[in-house]
Amino acid sequence: MLVSLKWLQDYIDHQLTPQELADRLTMAGLEVDEIKTIAPAFTGVVVAAILSVRPHPNADKLSLCDVTDGTKTYPIVCGARNIAPGDVVPLARIGAVIPGGYTIKSTTLRGEKSDGMLCSEAELEIGDDASGIMQLPSGLVLGTPLAEALNLGDTVLDISITPNRSDCLSMIGIAREVAALTGGKVRLPAINVAQADEDIASLSSVSIIDADVCPRYTARMIKNVTIGDSPVWMKARLQAAGMRPINNVVDVTNFVMLELGQPLHAFDYRFLEEGRIVVRKSKAGEEFVSLDGKSRILPDDTLLICDGKKPVAIGGIMGGLNSEVKDDTQIIFLESAYFNPSSIRRSARRLAMPTDAAFRFERGIDPGGVTRALDRAAQLIAELSGGEVLKNILDEYPQPVKTAENIPLRLSRVREIIGEDIADEDVVSLLKSLGMTVQQEGKGKYFVTPPTCRVDIEREIDLIEEVVRLYGYDRVPVTLPAVAVTETAVIPRLALEEQVRQLLTGAGFTETIHYSFTSPALADCLGLPADDERRRFVVIRNPLTEEQSVMRTTLAYELLETLKRNINNAAFNLKIFEIGRAFRFRKEGELPVEKNILAGLLSGKTSDDVWGARANVDFYDLKGALENIFYDLKLTDCVYQAEKAEPFLHPGQSAGIYVKGIRIGCLGQAHPEVINRMDVRAQAYLFEINMDLLEKAIDRRISYREISKFPAVTRDVAFVVPEAMEARQMLEIVLNQREDLLENVGIFDIYAGKGLEEGTKSLGLRFSYRALDRTLTDTEINVIHERIVHNTVRLTGAKIRA
Amino acid sequence: MIADLQQLEKDALAELDSARTADAVQAVRTKYLGRKGLLTGLLRNIASVPPEEKPLFGKRCNEVKERLEAGIAAVQDRQAQAQKEDVLAREKIDVTLPGRGIRPGRVHPITQIRREICDVFAAFGFSVVEGPEVELDYYNFEALNIPKDHPARDMQDTFYISDNMVLRTHTSPVQVRIMEKVQPPVRILSPGRVYRPDSDVSHTPMFHQIEGLLVDRGVSFADLKGILSAFLKKVFGEDTVLRFRPSFFPFTEPSAEVDIRCVMCAGKGCRVCGQSGWLEILGSGMVDPAVFQNVGYDPEVYTGFAFGLGLERIAMLKYGISDIRLLFENDIRFLRQF
Repeated sequence: MLVSLKWLQDYIDHQLTPQELADRLTMAGLEVDEIKTIAPAFTGVVVAAILSVRPHPNADKLSLCDVTDGTKTYPIVCGARNIAPGDVVPLARIGAVIPGGYTIKSTTLRGEKSDGMLCSEAELEIGDDASGIMQLPSGLVLGTPLAEALNLGDTVLDISITPNRSDCLSMIGIAREVAALTGGKVRLPAINVAQADEDIASLSSVSIIDADVCPRYTARMIKNVTIGDSPVWMKARLQAAGMRPINNVVDVTNFVMLELGQPLHAFDYRFLEEGRIVVRKSKAGEEFVSLDGKSRILPDDTLLICDGKKPVAIGGIMGGLNSEVKDDTQIIFLESAYFNPSSIRRSARRLAMPTDAAFRFERGIDPGGVTRALDRAAQLIAELSGGEVLKNILDEYPQPVKTAENIPLRLSRVREIIGEDIADEDVVSLLKSLGMTVQQEGKGKYFVTPPTCRVDIEREIDLIEEVVRLYGYDRVPVTLPAVAVTETAVIPRLALEEQVRQLLTGAGFTETIHYSFTSPALADCLGLPADDERRRFVVIRNPLTEEQSVMRTTLAYELLETLKRNINNAAFNLKIFEIGRAFRFRKEGELPVEKNILAGLLSGKTSDDVWGARANVDFYDLKGALENIFYDLKLTDCVYQAEKAEPFLHPGQSAGIYVKGIRIGCLGQAHPEVINRMDVRAQAYLFEINMDLLEKAIDRRISYREISKFPAVTRDVAFVVPEAMEARQMLEIVLNQREDLLENVGIFDIYAGKGLEEGTKSLGLRFSYRALDRTLTDTEINVIHERIVHNTVRLTGAKIRA
Repeated sequence: MIADLQQLEKDALAELDSARTADAVQAVRTKYLGRKGLLTGLLRNIASVPPEEKPLFGKRCNEVKERLEAGIAAVQDRQAQAQKEDVLAREKIDVTLPGRGIRPGRVHPITQIRREICDVFAAFGFSVVEGPEVELDYYNFEALNIPKDHPARDMQDTFYISDNMVLRTHTSPVQVRIMEKVQPPVRILSPGRVYRPDSDVSHTPMFHQIEGLLVDRGVSFADLKGILSAFLKKVFGEDTVLRFRPSFFPFTEPSAEVDIRCVMCAGKGCRVCGQSGWLEILGSGMVDPAVFQNVGYDPEVYTGFAFGLGLERIAMLKYGISDIRLLFENDIRFLRQF
């Protein structure tokens, strides 16, 4: 809401500077975003009078004038035709600067001296009229600077009005707030409608068919109007409020809307068939051309203002092209109505027509101000266009609009909510300053009736807000709540996430955060098969872009995209992760599945050091990082199982991660085809882990096992096995023999190639033997060791490598 | 003979002095003190010394021998020391080369801010809670006193999944879900991702909020001021100047916007604060009785306050980030700075 301070002065006196006023309003909940100064676009232009006009001897289209500013007379050559001796006009004297940066100089035009310039409205950017020299009212004192004479400069406050304060979408509303804040008194505009003898009822009528959307419709008619420009003062006010002046009728409707908050509409009566108004909802498929010239198919149940035959306006939103006020309009049918706020809001949204009128109607206008605005506008139209207002108003009011009355208010509740012992008389006087009637109903109890414009006040709590708002938030004390001590609950998964973040950053991974929405192209890029559940996207109905139109079903895609972008920035060594949700469509009307996922990516060299040894990362770098993290989480029984379950991972270099038979995630090299399709231009290793499952898999109990004081003895054996045999399989075969004295067994060497048969490899196993209670003898160990090796060979068909 | 001895000692010391290597020292030793050495030779010739001079000559010879032995040992020591030092010198490395090992990664700045804020409120007894990011219109709006076709919906542009399902526009719906489940007292904090269709230097279509809720008997607006003042001073410093200003949120009444004196210009007015000298940091208010009714709390018995803030805004202010979109571009050069 743009509030001209000059205009505001018409309704309220106050002693505040613009900054002070802005601060007071802001601290009362009317946030002032900006204080704008409007200065005229010219300097050195004064009020002058034309003394004489005669033809230019050497040019047909020019005339020579003598012009006085009250002290001096200037010879001026002028090209306009609309000038005559006695006219009061703006004179740009020598040295004046007019819009466009032109400085007026003494000059000679076709041999005649010209010491200044007479200006049109357009030349001074006061209005659009460029047809001739601007004519000023004759009463102005000659020589007065034009800006002062026309009262042109202004300061405008740009105020954010919150959706509850529809009462502040008008100058009077702002004036009421200022009055409440400063103790001043609002001056309402005096309304005096001089009525002709002819009764409106003899020419027109209103009938409301759908009273639920239009509880009240009132109208007046003004005859014999002459359409023309509005006076400068009105144009200046509309412009200060951000509106474009149109003509002296339309401008009045806008002016009164800005002044009183009631949107109005003026029809040209001659275009209203049968001379009457019918208010109804639209029927399916009805088409209508509004004032903006656009034709629209109206949604059902749009409120329509119709004449005897056809729609002439979209009620509360915009008038129709078929009934607009034209230059030759003579009879005005003026509408002032109350429309149902949610109905207007629905229609305005569906039609995408957020007009000034709709904005006010949907927030709720003052139900008590409908006819006041009608009279105010009728009066102004008559005054500005020379018309006569017909007798009486049409007032169809089938459904009374309720306003809150006698809201009970308990002072004890006021104090309880605010936490401050505000005195009774302070509460009463604050409410009264807002125009409320306050009636005592016992000790500390009141009935409060707000003015009808305060449609936001219906309950006790609404009154309490008004009290504390005007009392001043800064005066409310600062206390700490006296609340019971309760245990704070911690969601175990969130605690785990924090721990994982710590561990991953320690392992060199940097946390990323990607948008949760992504491109549906993800599915094809990752090569997901048709029945993959990650194709079951939650689709956004109104996305900003196609790339952000579905909720992600995996985090892998965005990680690869990020790798690509970083490679483009020459950052090749990337170790990143993200903790966030993946979403899966479940079923129409049901909330989707939301899984908490930890995902990461590794690419480039193992180290950023330029001088040290560097190798490309591979599967085992990623696996090692994860193993270390699991180790820190005391998760020691993870099983990595080769599988081809993930379409976006290399089928030969990927594994599922299992804990007690439950698959908690996967890791592996990104599938070369995925890398190609996404044009990543680097190998990448990915992992995804379901955080909820990981959390459940962790057993945080620790139970100590005794450690031996006696030495361990190790034996190394190299088994030659088929190439496809996995290390884990080999170790399990050993461990499953459950030899108590075998403390540990691990892989110490892998070899394939020269000296070994094609299709075989050598797995070097290191066995470590130890007893809790004694030093083992060689003989003892040999017996066990040979048994293990023998069984292992028997179970695997391995050969012992010499 | 004594003169010969003196000459021999002089020569030997001179040769020792010019012996640069261990071998040269050994050669000097062999030449003078070896079994066929010159001093040994002189001693062997003691028979030719007159008997009265013999004791003196023998004594001198031994003195010379001891002196030469000592001299040789000293030179050998010096040389051994020099050699050790030489080995160490050759082992010198460039200590300014970077160390080897894994460079730690970084935690995202939004996470860091979230941790900091959650920690402050944990100290006040607030527990972190969670809820769905794809949310029913009912929880996101209606239960929070924002009916359909209400202008308050304009305050939060919304991504829709269907007529009654949205991407949550704030984390407040979590509060409703919790209140439906537990009875007061309630002290909860709901951090998380939220979504609104908006994209420019100060808006991203996804961002992070933390919202808090405290409900109990006798909680007042003064308490709201108390908790939020304490919180903001912890995050922005003890001498932070605050301002509570009336505002409107459909789910709180009275509602307050909380501003801090601009951290960039100290209130003088700058580009960051839009010349106002103040920065909007969070929205808050006393929970509207209508919300309590929706979750089955008796508003006559319980009162409470709620607040919410955007983490990106705090991160941008704290770290001087001018374009919010950087936070989600995941450029490693950006992320490594935090």
